[in-house]
Amino acid sequence: MTDKNSPVLRVDNLESYYGPIMAIRGVSLEVREGQIVTVLGANGAGKTTLLKTISGVMDPEKGTVVLENEQIQGEEPDRIVNRGMVHVPEGREIFPLLTVAENIAMGAYTRSDQQDINRDTEMVYSYFPILKERMSQAAGTLSGGQQQMLAIGRGLMASPRIMLLDEPSLGLSPLLTEEIFAIIRRLNEEQKVTMMLVEQNAAVALGVADYGYVMELGRIVMADDAATLAASKDVQEFYLGISQDENQRGQRRWKQRKTWR
Amino acid sequence: MPGAELGGKRLDFVQLIVSGLANGCVYGLIALGFVMIYKATEAVNFAQGDFMMLGAFFCLGFTNADFMGLNFWLAVPLAMIFMGILGYVFDWGVLRHMSGQSQTSIVILTIAVGFILRFVAGTVWSHEPVSLETPFAGVNLDFGGVVLGVNELLIIVVTIILTVALFVFFSRTKLGIAMQAASQNQLAAYYMGVPVKRIQSLVWALSGVVAAVAGILFASKGAIDPSSGLLGIKAFAAAAIGGFGSLPGALVGGLIIGLIEPLAARFAPDGFAGVARIAPYAILIIVLIFRPGGLFSQTQKKKV
Ligand SMILES: Nc1ncnc2c1ncn2[C@@H]1O[C@H](COP(=O)(O)OP(=O)(O)O)[C@@H](O)[C@H]1O
Ligand SMILES: [Mg+2]
Repeated sequence: MTDKNSPVLRVDNLESYYGPIMAIRGVSLEVREGQIVTVLGANGAGKTTLLKTISGVMDPEKGTVVLENEQIQGEEPDRIVNRGMVHVPEGREIFPLLTVAENIAMGAYTRSDQQDINRDTEMVYSYFPILKERMSQAAGTLSGGQQQMLAIGRGLMASPRIMLLDEPSLGLSPLLTEEIFAIIRRLNEEQKVTMMLVEQNAAVALGVADYGYVMELGRIVMADDAATLAASKDVQEFYLGISQDENQRGQRRWKQRKTWR
Repeated sequence: MPGAELGGKRLDFVQLIVSGLANGCVYGLIALGFVMIYKATEAVNFAQGDFMMLGAFFCLGFTNADFMGLNFWLAVPLAMIFMGILGYVFDWGVLRHMSGQSQTSIVILTIAVGFILRFVAGTVWSHEPVSLETPFAGVNLDFGGVVLGVNELLIIVVTIILTVALFVFFSRTKLGIAMQAASQNQLAAYYMGVPVKRIQSLVWALSGVVAAVAGILFASKGAIDPSSGLLGIKAFAAAAIGGFGSLPGALVGGLIIGLIEPLAARFAPDGFAGVARIAPYAILIIVLIFRPGGLFSQTQKKKV
C-alpha cells in the first residue's frame, strides 16, 4: 500500500497571509513515509504559520498541500485529522480544566472504534507512564514537560499517519528536552509515526531527523539530509553551539550573511 | 392564641421558602443558559429570557385548548425540540456569519432579537397574559398543614433532574466533554479535529432546550406574556453572582435571588416593601465587591 516513491506529505509553493502580511512566501517541501523531517528557523521565520496552513487551521492564499496523493489545502481541521494528519501545537495548548484522561480521550474525537481507542490509550500511557499516574488530575496542574507529553500523547490518539510537532522543546530544560526527543524517536521507530518537526533548537532536532529544511522570513533557504545540514558551516555557525543569550545577535548576523543565495 | 399564631407563621414561612426556591429554579435555569453560551462562545445572549418566554408560548400554543389542544405531555417535548432547533439555527444562520465581529455587536444583536421575539410571540399567540393549561394547575398537596402547590414542587424536582442530567452529559459523554474542551481552549479543540462551530451551535441548541424547560416551569406557576422574558435580567444577575463561568454557580445564584425576594419582602420594615425588588441587585453588588469573580469563580484563566 505504501508507495515508497510518493511522499506522505507534499507542500508546493504555499503562500499564507495575516491580513496584508505575507508570512509564508512560496514554501515547497516533502515528508516521506517513516521519516522525521525537521524545519529549522529562528523566531518569526514562519514555522508555526507553515504548520497551521498544512493542518487546515489557516487557509493558504496559493499553493497546494497534498496528503497521500490528495489535495487538502483549505479543508477544515476536523476533515484533515480524519485523513490522518494531526498537529501538536506550539505551547502545548492542553485543555486545562479537563483531566489528563479526558484530554487524551479528546485526541480520539474523530474516531469511534472503541477497541482500537482503548489499545492506543494503553500505548500512550506506556510511552508516558507519568500521564497514567496523573490521569485523574486536571491537566492545568501538570508541569510544562508533562503538559508537552500530554500534548504529544493526545495527538497520538488520533492514530495519525503523520504528526506535525511545533517546537516541543519550547520552555523545557535540556534534560526534559532530551527525554521528550528520545520518546519522539521511539514513536517514530516503534509506532511508525511519520513526523514533521519544527524547531528553533537545531542541535536536538537534527539529532533525531532524517532530513531538514532551514526557513527564514517565510522562505526555505536550505534543504538537505540532517547529517549534511548538521555538518554545514552556516548551520553550525548560526544554529548549533551558540548559547541562548548570543541567540539574538546570532540571528541578526544570519540575516546579513545569506551565503546560500 | 399566641402558640397557634406562631405555628401558623412557621407554616407560612415554609411556603415562602418553597415558593422562593421554585422562582429561584427558574432564574437558575435561565442563568444556566446564559453561562453555557458564554462559556462556549464568549457571547452573552441577552435574549435568553426571551427564549424562555418563547419556550413557554410554544408549549402553550401546542397544548392550550384555544390553540392546538395537544396533550400537555406531548406539548412539552415539542416545545423543547422547537427551542432547540431555534437555538441551533440562530447560531448557524446568524452568529456564525458574525465571527470576528466585536462582542458588543453580538450583544446588541441578541438584544434586538429579544425585541423581535417579544413582537413575534405577541403577534402569534397573545399580547395579554395567558395561563398555560397544565394537568396539575391549582392542585395542592397538604403536608400536615403546610399546603404546597404541585407546580412549585414539580419545578424543584424537574430542576434537580435537569441539573443531574446536564452534569452527567457534561462530565460523562464525549459530546459534553468536547463542549467543555472547546470552551477551555478553542484552538486546541480545532487541532484535535473537534468541529468547534458545530459544537457551538449545539450548545445554543442545548440552551434553547433548557430555556424551554424554564419557560414551561415558569408558566406553570402563573400566566405568561411576551414581556415575561425581561426577568432574564434577574437571571443575568444570578449568573454574575455565581461567577458567570460556572454552571453550578448559575443555579446557586438563581436560588439565592429566588429566596432573597420573598424574604426581603417579608422582613422589610414597614414602608420599605419595595426593597424586595432591588434585593437581587443589592446582593449582586455585595457579591461582586467581596468576590469580584463571583461565588464560584474558576481560577484557571481561559485560553481562546
Ligand atoms: N496572528 C498573527 N497576526 C499577524 N502576524 C502574525 C501572526 N502570527 C504570526 N505573525 C507573523 O508571521 C510571521 C511568522 O510567525 P510564526 O509563524 O509564528 O513564526 P515562528 O513560528 O517561526 O516563530 C512573524 O513575522 C509573525 O510576526
Ligand atoms: Mg512558532
